[in-house]
Amino acid sequence: MNTAVESVEGNLSQQYPDSRGHFGIYGGSFIAETLMDPVSELQEAYARYRLDNEFIAEFEWELKNFVGRPNPLYHARRMSEELGGAQIWLKREDLNHTGAHKINNTVGQALLARRMGKKRIIAETGAGQHGVATATVCARWGMECIVYMGEEDIVRQAPNVFRMKLLGAKVVPVTSGSRTLKDALNEAMRDWVGNVDDTFYIIGTAAGPHPYPAMVRDFNSVIGKEIKEQSLEHTGRLPDAVIACVGGGSNAIGAFHPFLDDKEVELIGVEAGGDGLETGRHAAPLSAGKPGVLHGNRTYLMEDEAGQIIETHSVSAGLDYPGVGPEHSWLKDIGRAKYVAATDAEALDATHKLCRIEGIIPALESAHALAYAMNIAPSLGTDKNIVVNLSGRGDKDINTLADIEGITL
Amino acid sequence: MSQSRIAASFAKDSNRKLLVPYITAGDPNLDTTLDLMHTLVKAGADVIELGIPFSDPMADGPVIQAACERALKNNVTLVQVIETVKRFRETNNETAVVLMGYMNPVEILGYKKFAGLASEAGVDGVLTVDLPPEEADELVAELDAVGLDSIFLLSPTTPDSRVKHVCEKASGYIYYVSLKGVTGAANLDTAEVASKVEHIKSFANIPVAVGFGIRDAESAAAISVTADAIVVGSVLVSLVADHGDNPDQLHQSMFDTVNAMRLAMDETGAA
Repeated sequence: MNTAVESVEGNLSQQYPDSRGHFGIYGGSFIAETLMDPVSELQEAYARYRLDNEFIAEFEWELKNFVGRPNPLYHARRMSEELGGAQIWLKREDLNHTGAHKINNTVGQALLARRMGKKRIIAETGAGQHGVATATVCARWGMECIVYMGEEDIVRQAPNVFRMKLLGAKVVPVTSGSRTLKDALNEAMRDWVGNVDDTFYIIGTAAGPHPYPAMVRDFNSVIGKEIKEQSLEHTGRLPDAVIACVGGGSNAIGAFHPFLDDKEVELIGVEAGGDGLETGRHAAPLSAGKPGVLHGNRTYLMEDEAGQIIETHSVSAGLDYPGVGPEHSWLKDIGRAKYVAATDAEALDATHKLCRIEGIIPALESAHALAYAMNIAPSLGTDKNIVVNLSGRGDKDINTLADIEGITL
Repeated sequence: MSQSRIAASFAKDSNRKLLVPYITAGDPNLDTTLDLMHTLVKAGADVIELGIPFSDPMADGPVIQAACERALKNNVTLVQVIETVKRFRETNNETAVVLMGYMNPVEILGYKKFAGLASEAGVDGVLTVDLPPEEADELVAELDAVGLDSIFLLSPTTPDSRVKHVCEKASGYIYYVSLKGVTGAANLDTAEVASKVEHIKSFANIPVAVGFGIRDAESAAAISVTADAIVVGSVLVSLVADHGDNPDQLHQSMFDTVNAMRLAMDETGAA
């Protein structure tokens, strides 16, 4: 392991993935032959436009004027005092248009789809945040939008389903398998195989075949870049740690990536511990899974001994996914980032505390990151700065929260 | 090494086009699968593609997805699928068997162990749908070492530069996916398939099989004019869905469907 770390030192942020999308043994393109051509077309288009000044300028313009960036890095003073240790800073992705970091990526991919002349957009969604962010950009640029969503999630996330429909998207219920996010992804892949000529698939997380993991990371890296600038502005130095929740891992990789070569900054990903890692009822492949191949890439997965993907559990639909972006698998193996888990109960407790102490309702996903920060802050000195990526707002979760407390809205 | 069963099947009779039925192993249970393999041979199958059930069959339509779910209800594993081939070999040493599935079960078992067990059981070739040749070096090396063929897919979207590359990497036969879509879709254009198959043959020095979207004797016969082999899956798997609880009906309908294809193909070949 040490040798691996030595050999990749110095250029973590520039050198990976390789030209075929590999992060060490992870990533790659594990897809059916029919998708190889559209995926290479996308690889070529992305390789070209990521360096194209006009594309970059348009992306930045949209982030500023449509998304509302930069959003603040907010010093949660009362929370920090209450914990009595490290200073807690919140990166306010919840203040973006549509209420989460997901819009950073959908704006980027929609601009790319326009340049590639694709007019039909498909997407998968779990909690509905990526679906809403995709429906939003499709409305913004007048593109057809089809969102695949597990039947189970459609029930759990009714307000977001209605939002997508308001924005003009068609929401297709997925009834196969466990009827959740992974099955929605399977169904979107099947749609893509059948409609490769005119369709662009906007994947919502930093997973899938190359170039998706790198592309989704790059579009979300604005999070980490702003954290860096804002930390210097507020404290005169880089933070001691950046903490983010990890489902597929798009907000986390966006927050981490600009810091990969700043070795003094600790990077901590927090997975969904569900009922507890020891119960097996969780969604924490990095903490308790093993490497395998699913959805176009090699990465850590929740799977049984025969290689079948197993059902996951989390109170937050956005983290309820059996895989994780391949770059996280690699960062775990080389030791550059650390991955831990927070349980449903810890995330709920953190949600309530943030509501009461700071007047911010966090998404249940983001509350996992917050829960871990609240665990470690008291043991650290008051001169330490911890950034928590508040990846989304919690309005979408009020039905879930009410249900848990036995309240009918 | 002696000639493989796959190569021998293609070499046997240059006028006979091969019929390659697919069924999902363990659907609805492994004993039925074993009996069905023998029925398929009686009906005129030359090579059997045996599906390895997977929880997330991304390239498959609803029919084969449902078959995977039925098989996985009984926790059918890759090792058990391989053992079923071993049982098949107790009474059949001629009909080639190809395992078809997704990477993850193979990945978890380990390439070397998988290749060893499969070869020992009498498997002849392996086709992993989500493993393009670009990612396949290690697995192909292990399969090669024990004399198993690595079968790869080509599709209507594959550009010529890749057709050449895939043909060089493949052994046994090339599997041409005749339509843009998942298994069981139904928008097959016979003339277009024929011209594409002719084109692929100019690159390939191994036979070309065609599958996806072949559902009856007529389409099998039409495609067999140009293709070296016909793969048929979803229509057979639907029979298992419909008659899985009635063995007599299941075997009869399976025999009738496959045999009708066999006869139609032979007739077309003789004409």
